[in-house]
Amino acid sequence: MNSVTLQNITKTYNKGTILAVDKVSFEVNNGTLFGLIGPDGAGKTSIFRILSTLLLPEKGEATVDGYDVVKDYKSIRKNIGYMPGRFSLYQDLTVEENLHFFATLFGATLRQNYDMIKDIYVQIEPFKKRRAGKLSGGMKQKLALCCALIHKPSILFLDEPTTGVDPVSRREFWEMLKKLKAQGITIVVSTPYMDEATLCDTIALIQSGKILSVNEPDKIIKAYPGNLYAVKSGKMYQLLKDLREYDQTFSCFAFGEYLHLSFKNDTPASAQEVLNYLKQKGYTDIELNPVTPGIEDCFIRLLKQ
Amino acid sequence: METPVIKTDKLTKRFGAFVAANEITFEVYPGEIFGFLGANGAGKTTAMRMLCGLSKPSSGTATVAGFDIYKQPGKIKANIGYMSQKFSLYEDLTVLENIRFFAGIYGLTNKQIKEKSEKLIQQLGLQKETKKLVGSLPLGWKQKLSFSVAVLHHPAIVFLDEPTGGVDPVTRRQFWDLIYDASETGVTVFVTTHYMDEAEYCNRISIMVDGNIKALDTPIKLKEQFKATSMDEVFYQLARSATRKAD
Amino acid sequence: MKQLLSFIKKEFAHVLRDRKTLLILFGLPIVQIIIFGFALTNEVKNAKIIVMDEAKDIASQEIISKVSASNYFEIEKSILSQQQIEESFKKGIIKMVLVFPSGFNNDLMHMQKAQVQVIADASDPNTANTLTNYLSAIIMDYQQMLNKGTSLPYRITTETRMLYNPQLKGVQNFVPGLMALVLMLVCVMMTAISIVKEKELGTMEILLVSPLKPIIVILSKVIPYLVLSVVNGVIILLLSVFLLGLPIRGSIPLLLLESVLFIITSLSLGLLISMATETQQAAMLVSVMGMLLPTMLFSGFMFPIENMPLLLQVISNVVPAKWYYIIVKSIMIKGLGFSSIWKESIILGIMTLVLTVASLKKFKIRLA
Repeated sequence: MNSVTLQNITKTYNKGTILAVDKVSFEVNNGTLFGLIGPDGAGKTSIFRILSTLLLPEKGEATVDGYDVVKDYKSIRKNIGYMPGRFSLYQDLTVEENLHFFATLFGATLRQNYDMIKDIYVQIEPFKKRRAGKLSGGMKQKLALCCALIHKPSILFLDEPTTGVDPVSRREFWEMLKKLKAQGITIVVSTPYMDEATLCDTIALIQSGKILSVNEPDKIIKAYPGNLYAVKSGKMYQLLKDLREYDQTFSCFAFGEYLHLSFKNDTPASAQEVLNYLKQKGYTDIELNPVTPGIEDCFIRLLKQ
Repeated sequence: METPVIKTDKLTKRFGAFVAANEITFEVYPGEIFGFLGANGAGKTTAMRMLCGLSKPSSGTATVAGFDIYKQPGKIKANIGYMSQKFSLYEDLTVLENIRFFAGIYGLTNKQIKEKSEKLIQQLGLQKETKKLVGSLPLGWKQKLSFSVAVLHHPAIVFLDEPTGGVDPVTRRQFWDLIYDASETGVTVFVTTHYMDEAEYCNRISIMVDGNIKALDTPIKLKEQFKATSMDEVFYQLARSATRKAD
Repeated sequence: MKQLLSFIKKEFAHVLRDRKTLLILFGLPIVQIIIFGFALTNEVKNAKIIVMDEAKDIASQEIISKVSASNYFEIEKSILSQQQIEESFKKGIIKMVLVFPSGFNNDLMHMQKAQVQVIADASDPNTANTLTNYLSAIIMDYQQMLNKGTSLPYRITTETRMLYNPQLKGVQNFVPGLMALVLMLVCVMMTAISIVKEKELGTMEILLVSPLKPIIVILSKVIPYLVLSVVNGVIILLLSVFLLGLPIRGSIPLLLLESVLFIITSLSLGLLISMATETQQAAMLVSVMGMLLPTMLFSGFMFPIENMPLLLQVISNVVPAKWYYIIVKSIMIKGLGFSSIWKESIILGIMTLVLTVASLKKFKIRLA
């Protein structure tokens, strides 16, 4: 069964001059963790707002839990958990007050659904009398998550919950999401961080309103055309420039310690050929190895096509 | 040893009883790309503000571009570039207007402004966009333009506060190309980021935890020190020991 | 119901924790009353006046002693020459000269008419007017004492005696206007800002994506400010009565009821503004420019409507504050009952109904 379906959803702004979402279609299976991966301006928030019935699409259909987002919005609004970007909570209410308020909003109580949020709540419980505005980014995330879960929704929509938060807190947050998934909740998350993609069951890569690919992360990686090589030397920036000038290079990008290199015509000899080229340029300390592409490599590749 | 562009000695900032930055001591050398990392709330922004002359330290000393941060904050501001994610350019001014405005602020003569703006526009390939409002440009272009404007007056050092947040992977790398270019012309780059792969592009990195600098070295040496295979792991090890999680 | 209570509780928390705004809301009227009530009066006190008594008879002496006794005038004792008097006028030291011609009492007694000359410094016409009125009042007083019911032979400057306010006290005019202004300010601006704030912060999105009915959002935004306004209004009234000595002549429950009606009108206006604006700044601007200013100009509080050109008079009919001001004056100062203000009440009531329905209909259930 599909918790969420989108068919050819299109959304424009400013009297049609801005095309934010361009014929987007995908499905989310029940009980899975689905990631919508893409940079700012890709259309993630617009899609989320359409799914949570806050915006009407110009074209296309979408359903959430079997309900149509346009006609049955009331039913959807009763049953989903939604956190818009940048954890919008009431800054001048305490942790406790925020939770209590959101619970009552949905006719639930903290006591009723405590089990649902227990794992997360215990981390912020010591600060329950502190005003939400005075929490750190990581704590705000956790509070926002609790507030979205407090009424035991069947689906959770989280719009960029980890943006602007340091890598460690981000990792912890995804651990929490995994545990929630184990309780049977369908979770749809958006993020600009490519490294978080592998933590999802299924991902949709999106850029400029268009879906680049929808699949399980490792299938997307397997679909990477050709080989990818990691290259390293003492002079990285110079190496980057030289490799870009090499006529057999299809793409060469910096990836932390290494450069990731792919060729136009991938042959078994390609690696040796480029090494020769670099030796001619005077490099003596080249390290070159084949490497498995990551989601970011796939994203960049898909953008180029 | 060259004269450091930034030199701090036990720089501290207190807000009441809370010590946001504690006895920060480090040096940054000309032409370096220096990565300034830390979790949210670790004290990065506080430290950066002090170095930019935007916030007065509670104690300790520091010089930036040779100027004392207590006595000469104005001179510091005139000799640095600054770019943050939150504010970069005026969305309702055109590309050209923005360039001219900021160039003017930094005290460039009309002749200099003309030369530099033409050069910049060429470099970024924005010849067709000069009369467009910055607000209408894609995010990536805005970021690149922002950075170029921040170094237009060839400052000794440019401070970048999470400049690539939320930007797509290709644009991110193009941005770093610009950083490399600037670094090669002698501009020192002081950058904070949440992307650990970007930490690898830096010459040296410092990591702040709970207001203190807990690590300061090249990426390679840090990975050796922490027996990690990536900066991600180094960061993770350090951040896990942090106690200041709620502030 | 539980939802509503929970929401209202949250709204009160927001309001009470915003110390700065509370300070303005409550401090403003109090400060205004004190300033207007004490410092800035359009009364004139201790105006220097010279009396040239060429008659030096009973009548003139009596009038002079009355003038002297009033605290509006301070008689300049020293004897000045014509030139010195002119100099004093020029310098603004002296505001007025009162001249009794010789044989004043004789004329009065035998010819039943006599004249008194009053020379006033009219470079400030308001003050001159006021002083002339005071003087006329004193003279009339003496006159009445002298003549019992017979027509008055004196040539007196005809000046309408202000009903219910013979001493031209500013306060009586001012407090009803202040009530209208403050209630409007609190209800329109604060309600608008409160709702728009949720839009700005993003919390409105969460509220929409919940089973919460829009009416509950509206009610809970509106109720705390209803309560605050009533409290504020009561404070203003208490201050006026006890600090400024302004009595409430009419029925207090009726006054409160009408005030609640006006409050509801203002709240609806606030709601409508919140629907039309996206940022708190815009909401504030529209409230002040679009609401406060017309209220101040067209309610009749600062400038009499009857003196305005016809077009503006017509416009003033649309301003709810105008009707409320009339109602408050009638109850507070004239001591009238509902029978006199039923027309105004109905007009206000209709305005309230229309605005409330409009604001409810316009409430957006989506973001766009």
